[in-house]
Amino acid sequence: MADDLALVLALVVLAVTLGVAVARPPFVSEAVAALVGAVLLVVVGAVSFSQAVHAVRGLGSTVGFLAAMLLIAEGCRREGLFDAMGALMARGAGGSPQRLLAFVFVIAAVITAVLSLDANVVLLTPVVFATAARMRTSAKPQVYACAHLANSASLLLPVSNLTNLLAFHASGLSFLHFGALMALPTLAAVGVEWVVFTRFFAVDLRRPRRAGKRPARPELPRFALVVLALTLAGFAASSLVGVAPVWFAAAGAAAITLPALVRGTATPVRLTRAVEPGFLVFVLGLGVIVAAASANGLDSAVRAVLPTGGSLPDLLAIAAISAILANLVNNLPATLMLVPVAAAAGPGPVLATLIGVNIGPNLTYVGSLATLLWRRILRAEDSDVELGEFLRLGALTVPASLLAATVLLWVGLHV
Amino acid sequence: MRALIWIIEDTWQATVSQAAAFRPADADITLLHVTNTEPETLARAARRGLLGRHQPPTGAPEPLQAISEQAAQALLADAQNQLQRPAALQARRGRVEQEVITAAEPMDILILARDGDHQHLGPRSLGPTARYVVDHAPCDVLLIWPDTTPSLTTIPPPPPADAKPR
Repeated sequence: MADDLALVLALVVLAVTLGVAVARPPFVSEAVAALVGAVLLVVVGAVSFSQAVHAVRGLGSTVGFLAAMLLIAEGCRREGLFDAMGALMARGAGGSPQRLLAFVFVIAAVITAVLSLDANVVLLTPVVFATAARMRTSAKPQVYACAHLANSASLLLPVSNLTNLLAFHASGLSFLHFGALMALPTLAAVGVEWVVFTRFFAVDLRRPRRAGKRPARPELPRFALVVLALTLAGFAASSLVGVAPVWFAAAGAAAITLPALVRGTATPVRLTRAVEPGFLVFVLGLGVIVAAASANGLDSAVRAVLPTGGSLPDLLAIAAISAILANLVNNLPATLMLVPVAAAAGPGPVLATLIGVNIGPNLTYVGSLATLLWRRILRAEDSDVELGEFLRLGALTVPASLLAATVLLWVGLHV
Repeated sequence: MRALIWIIEDTWQATVSQAAAFRPADADITLLHVTNTEPETLARAARRGLLGRHQPPTGAPEPLQAISEQAAQALLADAQNQLQRPAALQARRGRVEQEVITAAEPMDILILARDGDHQHLGPRSLGPTARYVVDHAPCDVLLIWPDTTPSLTTIPPPPPADAKPR
């Protein structure tokens, strides 16, 4: 098959797959769309069977890692970790909305970094919402903070964001080294969010309030915290003991899941749903589709645009391009397209790419401009969000966060 | 006389006690709370940004809506207790400023608290929501300070007399 025709076909399949994932029509799931698209591209010869197998094999351990982390997050929910976090915030806030925001920042950043942005969006955000309602203060700054930190704080560890997991192997870094290089950029990104949020929401955070009862000290779920701590320690030690981090994730998932299965507090159906099998298939299919596009010319197009040096201007350009691409096509496909090219240039460009694809989606509340446009075209029911306000918040935080995080990445690479 | 008292989360207690001091004894009082649905919509939209992960089954009940509806009812009930006289309770959801002026239409007077800077006299003592409500209210308005009323000294000094107009 001619390269140009194959490239066009691969890009069309990619667009349709993403369209299905975003629009979620009732008659076809994103997993089926990605699978059909991938098979079609193999059948017409846009990507060879061995290339497709190579792409799937490359993603296999990433998908396994993701599944294990999803099981750990589900275990933490079952053990009551997120409710305990809500009680901790309420007690720490002591009736002050601004202090509540500080606790939300710290807890949302830690949950995102350790248990991934999914755990923040799906499990923590409802708890934060309920905590604000119970405290009788505006939920808006608190929920906006969760949404923003799900992206900004997801730089820190390979497990914080699926994009990081996809790039972790290619970066050639150990778990600990990855975290050490991303620590300052994460702090910078979260710090920018704090400065902008406390000014943007100053009116909501400083209303006069009458003191209420101080909530009781919450009972922390010790078992879940011990499993989490041991899993993290395993990640940190993985390169020293020569065992891949995915095995520690699997051990953590088993440790938190098996006792619950024996006790009957977790059911196989609920666990299967927590692992998101449909989404795992979607990631594998997406990997094959992007491999087809890359093999037929997208790769060289990316190489022509993306700088490959480790200088500060190069890293800034990489972060900016990645943020733009993440907004054009969503951050997962953007990562799959950019990381192979960036990886050839070393860990610095890979991490700059991640800064771009992770922080960039804060420009919009649904993760990318492409998604936003899709949903507006389809007249989805999101119209009552004051769009202008969220976009203004993104415009205030994203460029500053990208700049601060990338500069500190560059500093970290040179000490 | 029909009086509408609009309360918001942070300042509801002060609003109710101040309103109780002002209202005529024979007024028909309605207590109003409006839930801003924006945080719920944002939380739902953020989930959609996960590209197909963790989608609730179609037709599943909205858990956040249940939380905020319950919280609004509890807030109105506590406000009525504090008012210590019968009042109609009204809970609305949506764009707050629109819902308030709609609820105010059949009323003679709307009582609300300033929702901005509570330490200085001046235009910033009204946030965008209360500003819209005051500007568009289809009835009389009683605007109260939810705290100690700031003194005249909190107004910045006027520009010097010889300053050239810009």
